[in-house]
Order: sequence, then C-alpha cells, then structure tokens
Amino acid sequence: MTATELPVARRATGTRRPLRMSKREFREALQGYAFATPWILGLIFFTVGPILASMYLSFTQYNVLKPPQWVGLDNYVYAFTKDQQFWPSLARTFRYAVMVVPLSIVGSFFLAMLLNQDLKGTAVYRTLFFLPHLTPVAAMAILWKWLLQAEIGPVNYLLGLIGIQGPAWLSSQQWALPSLAMISVWAAVGGNEMLIFLAGLQGVPKELYEAAELDGAGRLARVRHVTLPMVSPSIFFNLVLALIGALKVFSLAFVGTAGGPGYATWFYALHIYRSAFENFEMGYASALAWVLAVILFGFTYIQVSGSSRWVYYEGEAA
Amino acid sequence: MTAVAMQSHVAADRRSRRIGLYALVLILGTIFMFPFFWTVSSSLKATHELYIWPPPVFPATPIWGNYAEVFRLFPFGNWVFNTVLVSFLATTGTVVSATVVAYSFARFRYPGRDLLFMITLGTMMIPTEVTLIPQFLIFKQLEWLNTIRPLWIPAWFGGGAFNIFLLRQFIQTIPRELDEAALIDGASRLRTLISIIVPLIKPALATSLVISLIWNWSDFMGPLVYLNSSSKFTLALGLRFFDEWGRSTGQGLPQDHYLMAACVMSSAPILLLFFSTQRYFVQGIVMTGIKG
Repeated sequence: MTATELPVARRATGTRRPLRMSKREFREALQGYAFATPWILGLIFFTVGPILASMYLSFTQYNVLKPPQWVGLDNYVYAFTKDQQFWPSLARTFRYAVMVVPLSIVGSFFLAMLLNQDLKGTAVYRTLFFLPHLTPVAAMAILWKWLLQAEIGPVNYLLGLIGIQGPAWLSSQQWALPSLAMISVWAAVGGNEMLIFLAGLQGVPKELYEAAELDGAGRLARVRHVTLPMVSPSIFFNLVLALIGALKVFSLAFVGTAGGPGYATWFYALHIYRSAFENFEMGYASALAWVLAVILFGFTYIQVSGSSRWVYYEGEAA
Repeated sequence: MTAVAMQSHVAADRRSRRIGLYALVLILGTIFMFPFFWTVSSSLKATHELYIWPPPVFPATPIWGNYAEVFRLFPFGNWVFNTVLVSFLATTGTVVSATVVAYSFARFRYPGRDLLFMITLGTMMIPTEVTLIPQFLIFKQLEWLNTIRPLWIPAWFGGGAFNIFLLRQFIQTIPRELDEAALIDGASRLRTLISIIVPLIKPALATSLVISLIWNWSDFMGPLVYLNSSSKFTLALGLRFFDEWGRSTGQGLPQDHYLMAACVMSSAPILLLFFSTQRYFVQGIVMTGIKG
C-alpha cells in the first residue's frame, strides 16, 4: 500500500496532514480530483443519490404523476401485514435459494476437483463446463422451456426411455420452482464458482498432501482434513455470492415462467418489479427493495461474522 | 518380486481410476452440452419435425432458411444492431473511465481519497433493485426512456466499483519508478497514463473489457425497464418478446424452430468471444475471487 504512505517527515512527527499544501501537492490533488471526476459524478447521480432518493421514496406514496406524499412507515406496515404476496414471495425465494446454493456449491467444488486431476484436455473440459454460465439468461430460459416441454420435449422423452413419466416441469405448479432451480444450477456449477475453486485447489501446497499420506490418511481423509480447510476461503466467497445471487433471482423466472403458473415462481424481485414498473407504485416498490437490501446485508453479515469459525486464512495466526 | 507385483498392482489401480475419471468427464460434458446441441438441432428442423414423437435427433435436411426467416418475422436486424451498439458504447465507457479513475486512486494523493475508495467498495454491497427506481425516474426526467442511452451513458461515469477496484489493484503492482521517471522527463499525467501505465495493465484491461462486454450483451433487466418499442429492443429483450408473441398468437403458427435459431444467434457471439479470450476471463475471475 505504498500509495497511502505519508512522506517520512510527516510520519515521524505523527501530526495530521497539515491544511496548507505545497504548490506541488496542491497541483497533484487537483489533478487527482480531475481524474476521479467521472466516478465522483457517477457516484452522486447513479449510486449515492439514488440510494438516498430510494430511502426517501420508501416512506412516500408516489405514482410518478403526482409528487411524492410522505406516508411514514405505511409502506412497510402494508408489506408486512397486508400485501398478500409479500411473505409468500419471500418464502418462495428462500425455498429457491435453499435448493440452488448448496447444489451449486457442492457441484462446482466437485467439478473443480475433477478438473484438478491432471487429465488430458482439461482446458477443453473447463471450457465446456463454463459455456452454460455464459449463455445470456433470456436465451437460457427459452431453450430450457423448449427442452422441458411436457409432451414433445427431449427431457421427458429420455426419462420415458428409462420408464419415468416426466412431469410438466415449468408449467406445473409443483415442479416450476424446482425446474428453475435446476436450470440455474446447470448454469452455475461450471461457472465462476468452479473457476474460483479450481484456483483455490491449485494453491494447496503438494507437501500437505504428501505429509497427510505419510500419516496414513486415505483419499477422503485428505479431502476432509487438507483440501477443505485450505480452500475454505473460496468456499466462503462462493457461498456469499451464491446466496446473494439466488435471493435476487429475476430474469430467469421472468422469461422462463413469468412468475407462474399461478404464483408458483413469483419471486421477491418479480414482486418489486411489478410494483414499480407495472403498478407504478414507486414508493412502495422502494420499500420492498430496501427490505431486500436489509435481508442481503443481514445474511452477508451473519456469514462474515460466522466465518472465523470455519474459514482458514493462510498467514493469519491459527 | 513382490515389490514389482505391488507396483504393477498400484499402476493398474491408478489406470482404472483414470479411465473412470475420463468416463465421468465425458458423461458430464455430454449433459452440459446437450441443451446447446438440442437448440442448434431444433433450429434447423422443418416445422413438422418439431412435433413428432419421439423427437428426431437430427433434422432430415438442415433448413438454414430458418435463420433468415427470423429476420423476416421480427426486427431481428435492429435487435442485433442495438445490442452491438449498446455493448460497444457501454464497454468502451467502462474500460476508459474505470482506467482513468483507477489511476487517480492508485497514483495521486489528495484529501478524501481513501474515504472515496471505501465508499466505492461499499457501493458493491447495494443491490441494483435499490438504485433502479430512482435511476429510472432520473432517466424519465431526462426523457431518455425508450432510448438506449440509459444502457450505456452511465458506464462512462467510472464503469462501476468492480472495474475500478480491479484496475486499481493492478496499477498498484507496477513499480512507481516507471511513471515517476516519465513525469520527471516532463510527460503530463495523461501522457504517463497512456504511454506507461496502460501498456503495463493490458491483461487487466482485457479482463475488464471481456467481462463488461458479456454482461452488457446479456443484460435483461436494464432493457426491460427502459425500452418499450420492439424496434429499439436488444437481443435479450427481443428474445422474450418473440417468445411471448409466439405464446399469445401461437395457435396454428409453429415457430419454435425460429425461436431456437434466434437463441443460437444471440448466444453464439458471446460463446465465440469467450473461446478466443478465455485466458483473460479466467484470470480476472480468479484474481477478484481470491482477493475477495
């Protein structure tokens, strides 16, 4: 972090940065601000400004046509007590996350282990596994709809060959949500999560495995006592991102099922979208968005504070 | 004698394990690729082949005309053009402005710099849902709705926290002496950035370029919120429009092969791009992933 070091003289006296700068320092500061200007403006107009505005709007009623009207906590109270789809959509979103997160983490870890075996052509397999992750989500939703057609789809045909009568998948109340979860796992397991695990695995020193083997550890024991602790930072990172991603699920459901059939896949983000851009209840939608933000912060906080118990960082005192 | 026997036993064991692994990779690869294969195969089928049971694996004769038909049925050419334009403008903006801002964070001293950087990292925590509504209202006020402007102009204001962070980390690994020498020789800051820093951070720039290109190409929510008329759509939004249109008017008008052709054409450029640039892509994911 050379960039934040103060000049030696100042560090020695331990005083705070004096208010008067030399001409050179002043010039450097001005230029520094000039180079940062695009981002300062971007922060004001597209990030921090909107964050404050959305906080304010969440306490108002605002339908775009008339100016916002302050309603205090009404939006939140309405969401928690009256909105018929608030709790169900949240519960549905969690149900989806509970399916997607463990499966994608375990699956991508497994794929990374497989790619770490020094097989010939590993780069090719890595690419193949990665392609689903790159498919634009709209195309992904549409092509899976076609694959999962109840009567003429190839998936049910293949299931039929082994004697299973496939369900109606995306058009079944019961199966729509698990189907979306499955599509999303298909797209996620070979993606970023796998690459991060792979890099983690490649960073495990060979000596550790050799030492464990000398101590008589079998293959599974080596995975459990060497690999897992050594890649725990990657597991942690993937877990946080996968959970955030799953709780924000939108496009896949919007294109794949439009929230249906019935409300079977009406996830929380769809609920926000409809409130804002179909019903034009901008105030209410902002309140819903903040509830989501708080949930995401909460989960990330829990994960970060719980992580010291199971995540091992090399270079930290054990 | 026994030692040799044991060795060959171990070797045989290892060989059968490796064969098992190759078989596993092959099976998994097939499962991963099957949806793509089926999409391409469906896109080349004749109408009647779409609804035969059991579904034929290959079309009797591939009908390449299905691809041309997509352009006739929908303003698909417009969608391609809009997507290319948005991706190009947004990606250029992201890379150029993130480089300039990252340079400021990495190489200048000024009051408030570290606070500003902390705020920058903090914004990565805020879900897009929170900022989306006020942004929409701003763009409505500016009368940018139903234009592609909301999809690329913001990218020119720093390119987002992630890219700034990535490039700043990279610039900090370059020895300061290099750019200080240029400054002492009388080069301006901008000159130094362009002729000293930029050539040295090319891998990071490539990473940021590829990731942002893929993201902008595939983005669905932005176009959904900002665009209304079908001629202004990007591919991602157009695909959904196509799909919906099929469902609402679909009776007696089979069009799934056209839809699949459209899916192929929307995904292929991204997949091809990835093939040619995966080195940078993988590096970027891994770098940011590990630093957390």
